[in-house]
This record gives sequence, structure tokens and C-alpha cells, in this order.
Amino acid sequence: MAHARPAPQEILLPAKTGYIALTLIAALLVNLLPWSGYGLWIKPDFVALVVLYWCVEQPRKMGFVAAWLLGMFMDVADGTLFGQHALAYIILAYAGIVLHRRVRMFAVTPQALHIIPLLLLNDLIIVIVRMLAGADFPGWHYFIGSFVAGALWPPLSALLKIPLRPKPDPFHV
Amino acid sequence: MEYQAPPFFKTGPTPLARLLIFSALSLALLVTDARLDYLAPLRQIVAVILYPLQRIASAPASIARRASNFFVTHSSLRADNARLATENFSNARLLQELKALQAENARLRALIGARERFGVTAAAAEVVYAARDPFSRKIVVDKGARDDVKAGQAVVDERGLVGQVTRVYPWLSEVTLVTDKSHFVPVQNLRNGLRAVLSGTGSEDTLELRFISINADHRNGDELVTSGIGGVYPPGLPVARVSHVERNATQLFARITCTPLAGVSSHTRLLLLGLERELPPRPAEEPKTRGSKKKLRKR
Repeated sequence: MAHARPAPQEILLPAKTGYIALTLIAALLVNLLPWSGYGLWIKPDFVALVVLYWCVEQPRKMGFVAAWLLGMFMDVADGTLFGQHALAYIILAYAGIVLHRRVRMFAVTPQALHIIPLLLLNDLIIVIVRMLAGADFPGWHYFIGSFVAGALWPPLSALLKIPLRPKPDPFHV
Repeated sequence: MEYQAPPFFKTGPTPLARLLIFSALSLALLVTDARLDYLAPLRQIVAVILYPLQRIASAPASIARRASNFFVTHSSLRADNARLATENFSNARLLQELKALQAENARLRALIGARERFGVTAAAAEVVYAARDPFSRKIVVDKGARDDVKAGQAVVDERGLVGQVTRVYPWLSEVTLVTDKSHFVPVQNLRNGLRAVLSGTGSEDTLELRFISINADHRNGDELVTSGIGGVYPPGLPVARVSHVERNATQLFARITCTPLAGVSSHTRLLLLGLERELPPRPAEEPKTRGSKKKLRKR
């Protein structure tokens, strides 16, 4: 049986806090776009995805406080119960931080297979909270977004890594 | 003696500890928000911080809409114009009739000594976005407390009732649609005046008349309008049309499903209605003797 070889590790520049904040705000903006109809069905939770990305990539920079605040913003924007997204993002951040060494052993595509269950857990927490508060089960299509998010993981991680690549030294021959 | 080596790096509490702290905080918020009404000011503050982001996010769609408005063809404008002219012509006739009828109504009401009907004010608003919460049916419109919007106002489009303003932020307000599961409208059947309460089901384009006995006279195609009972909605707004009536003799109640008349899931422009006059105060409860109060409590 062939063992999975660890993915070649790239050495990247350390991500600046400002850059992380910028990507999180961008994710919030994408979430706030006026999605409707089938777009709403397949829409992944971009904030959850980016929070998870930074928890895996920079667990010392991405904190619980940021995840919690983003959750509060999402709760107000969606007009949902206060704390519902916050709770889900906190647990997501914890899972990301605990699992980051393991996830980073893999290449980008198998990483997505780790990401999908975590995002499904995120959805599940929200569903449980809302059903406890008296809402109906929204239907299984609610979970489609997390699979779309898994598919978006490789392009997203490539995109977020672009500014972190070291610039080639112009004096190097 | 047991010693623990001092940590090399200062890392603060462990992730598990932080998880527990923040989860407890979130759960406390959840319970407070679901059961009590203390968090409205906090929501207002976060909403103000969030407002610029919401405007930026909704800008591309509104720009695209304006651009497509700009690039209209001559023929479509002409067709629109012709249609509007004919509509205006037929509406003008109805308006004249309405004025005559209103005058007559006022005279008759004066004769029998009934109260005047409520006047209604209207303010136009545009939908900023549909809330992305799959558990409820809500939209967000671009008028808020700054434009004197108040929670409880009825929201209509050109065909009928859309919903009710439920939360007001400084520049935006949140409208719960009639299709939301927790939304109820007092209605009456236009054909025979039967009163009922129409409730949303949570699914798009379906409303339900619940707890109607199986011999009640509701038929397919009946139009339901607001009855004005309860004082939230002005009377006479079209709400829904009965689409399916199922009478099963083994059950106590009929299953009556309706479809909303307004384009509940597709609209960009809405009217927020406000009742001009306050309802008369509730009649004071008759003073009870002490004995009867005690009896009531015992029950």
C-alpha cells in the first residue's frame, strides 16, 4: 500500500494582520451580496471558509475574537438570532486551530476533504440552534453550500497565497 | 513535588479554554435574544457599523439595474408608454368612481353614526437585499428610523400585501414577508366576508388558513383581503387567493392553501403603509370583586 507522501511545503512570507483582516472583510462583503434564488442555494458561507483558511494557515494570527465578531456581524446582517453564527464560527475556528498541523500535511485537494466536514459541522450547529428556537428544518439543500465551499478551497488557497509568495530577488543571478 | 516547566512562549489560554469561554458567551447571547428583549440596542450598534459594507455589497446590483434601465430600446419604451396610457385611462375612470363612492360612504357613515375609516400614509422604499437566512422569509429595505419607519407598518406592492416591518435600523429596516412561518394576517373572504387568520408556511408562494372547520365556505379562487382587525393592517388590502381546499371528513379542520397575490419573492419597489390614526384604547377591564379574582387565580 502506497503511503501518502506529505505535500511539499512552500515557504511563504508571514501574513500580516492587516492582510488577514482585509480578506475577512472581503469575505463578509461577498456574503452580503444580494444573493437570491438558486444562487442562495449553492452559496457557500465565504466568511466561514476564510475564517477556516486562516485558522489552518496562521493559527497564531487568526483568533477566536475575530471569528466571534464576524459571527455577530453575520447575525445582524441576516437578521437571525444573536450568537448563532458566532457560536458556529467559534467551534469552526477551534476545529481549524486544533487540526491545522494535520490538514497542512496534505496537498490542497485532499485538504478540501478535511474542510467539507468542518463546514458541514458549522451548518449543523446553525440548524440545531434554529430548530431549538422553533424553526423548521430548511431542507437538505441547505448543506449544498458547504460542498461548493470545499470545491472552492483549492482556488481560494491559491488566491490568498499570491501576496504571501516571496518576491524573486532582483539581484540574484 | 510536581513542577511544570514554564512555557517557552506566551500563548495565553489554551484553545479549548477559549472555545469554552466564547461558546458560553454565544450561548448566553442566544438565550437572551431568543427569550428577552435586551439586545435591540446592541443590534442597532452593530447594524450601524455594518451599514457601509451592506451598501457597498448591494451597489453592483443597483448599478446594473440602473444601467439596464438606461439601455432600453425605443420600441420597448413605446410599448410601455402605450400600456401605461391605457392603464391610466381605465384607472382614471375607477378613480372618479372611487371619489363618488368615498363621498357616498362618508355620507352614509355619518347617517348611521359610524367612525370614519382610517387614513393611510404611504412611503416608497426599495429592496436592498433578501435576507439570506433560510429559516425565515425576510427582506431588507432602504428606509429606516431616519425616514420615520416604525416597526409594525404594513408593506405592499402594486398587487397586494407583502409583509410587515419587524425591525427598524437607522437607515434600513427589515420586513417579514407574509410567507414567513411566524407571520399571521387577519383576513376576510371577499366573496362572503368570512373572517380567518392567514398564516405563512415558510415555503415560498404558499400560505395557509389554519383551523377552519370543514364546512366553512371557502372555495378555490376566492380572494382574501385584510380585515383590519387588530389594527396592524389597513382593511381591504388584497393578500392571497385560495388555491386548494381539501376537506377530509375524518379531520376536524379543512386544509386550505392559498397563494399570495403580491410578488412576495420578486420585487424591487415597495410601499410602506402607516395608519394615520391610532386605534381607540382598549376598553378597561371591568373591575372585579376580590372574591372573583381569587377564584380566577385558583383556576
